[in-house]
Amino acid sequence: MSDAPNLSRLISAGTDRRVIATRDYTFPLDGFVRASSLGPSLMDLEARSVILVVRDMAKAAAALIDLDGCARRIVLCPPGWDVSRLASAARDSDVDALVYDDEDAPPPIPVDVVARCGLPLRELNSPRPASHETEWILPTSGTSGPPKLVVHTLRSLTGAIADAPPRLWATFYDIRRYGGLQIFLRALSSRSSLYLGAVEESVLSILARFGDVGVTHISGTPSHWRKVLMSGAGRRVDPDYVRLSGEIADSALLSALRALYPRAAIEHAYASTEAGVVFAVNDGKAGFPASWLERDGSVQMKIVDGSLRVRSNWRAMRFLGENTSPLADEDGFVDTGDIVEWHGDRLYFVGRRGGIINVGGAKVHPEEVEAVLNAHAAVRASRAFARTNSITGALVFAEVVLRDEHRADAACESDILGACRARLPRHMVPAGLRFVSDLPITEGGKLARRG
Amino acid sequence: MRSIILDEIRTIALDQNKELPELIGDVDLQGLGFDSLCFAILFARLEDITGRDPLNAANFTRFPSTMSELIALYEETVV
Repeated sequence: MSDAPNLSRLISAGTDRRVIATRDYTFPLDGFVRASSLGPSLMDLEARSVILVVRDMAKAAAALIDLDGCARRIVLCPPGWDVSRLASAARDSDVDALVYDDEDAPPPIPVDVVARCGLPLRELNSPRPASHETEWILPTSGTSGPPKLVVHTLRSLTGAIADAPPRLWATFYDIRRYGGLQIFLRALSSRSSLYLGAVEESVLSILARFGDVGVTHISGTPSHWRKVLMSGAGRRVDPDYVRLSGEIADSALLSALRALYPRAAIEHAYASTEAGVVFAVNDGKAGFPASWLERDGSVQMKIVDGSLRVRSNWRAMRFLGENTSPLADEDGFVDTGDIVEWHGDRLYFVGRRGGIINVGGAKVHPEEVEAVLNAHAAVRASRAFARTNSITGALVFAEVVLRDEHRADAACESDILGACRARLPRHMVPAGLRFVSDLPITEGGKLARRG
Repeated sequence: MRSIILDEIRTIALDQNKELPELIGDVDLQGLGFDSLCFAILFARLEDITGRDPLNAANFTRFPSTMSELIALYEETVV
């Protein structure tokens, strides 16, 4: 196993001035040859199952580079997890070591070794342990129910990443989520620098920083990109490449980004923590060609009961923890729970199986309603949701963020609802709209849905 | 209350392309030509206005069949 690829080896191949930077920290990628974010205590973490509870993303990035190849397992915890969730992840992953960055006391999780990571890197006095093929334990996004833990390796996480020249990468994602982790690994594999947001940093501040260094490749969820459009500061950056993933990219959003960044290649990718990276679409249209269902190779797809199933060489190995179901079926296909529909020779994502609103027995995917709302000229972003109703069980309502020049009044509401009536079956038309100035997104970068 | 309810019924009928009968006297609710979706929207809108969902109230017994019964539901629960 000593020749297994690992992150510190991967980045040691380049000797230029690449960095990873957040608002608060910048560190050089060529510093890991003789130094570590964990200092000499890196040695105590060899072959351990390490839970990473780090608030700052730059420190987390440095710790990941240090721990891959050294630890037996790394358990990635997104910021904001409370102690009970941390403890349950630690239990399920047989954690015996904790890495934290807080100035306060480390979270009370029973472990044998506690180490603090920090920046700048501190010198190592012996060669770094690098003989393990580390398991990467990632939480699923938990769009339906509490997150489950899945097992990846650097091989499965980087399998879909093709060779590419150095870039200036940036992402709105947290790198402890699958979508952000992909960009982190993409940047390291291509010997690129990577610019990251800080937890709770405003989109204006992030765009200003990205713009100042002239980032060329930017990734985020559709919700992140809608925030960029709403900020009015989208032109602070001038990317060559714009990537969307993690939620459905509708055609209204794709056209708005096309108008904002006329010279950029715009791609929307489909991936999940369990199934890995499945595909990326770059023809500027929503959905993907139905002919891709026929494709052979490292990723195959099929549709069962409306839901997309994926068999991939890059999928996660298994779930961790008690009472977990198999990650894939007998043929190796992962049921993504993402519902697709045919329109002509194209397939479109319409929503999550678990997110269906039942209006008197008729099923509504909130995402389908949002796609129609977002296509209206006055609408920047929207969220459809269920409200319980004594007659039909539920009704669809929606919150809408208007584009700057439009006024939130009865005429506007009736115009938007009229457009919905023209394009949607009656039970899918919102029974009412509420105009809001902003829509909350989760720490994973996705539109926050209720319940 | 009657005029509020009549307004909402007219709006819903317009939105849903339903032709209403003349709304005079104690209108029979079945005669409105409303389906369950229309009634669902009506009760949701009335809940927004009054803050009450009488169909969900502890003392609710029977779905109203006439306009006066419908009005009574809200006038009772407003107390």
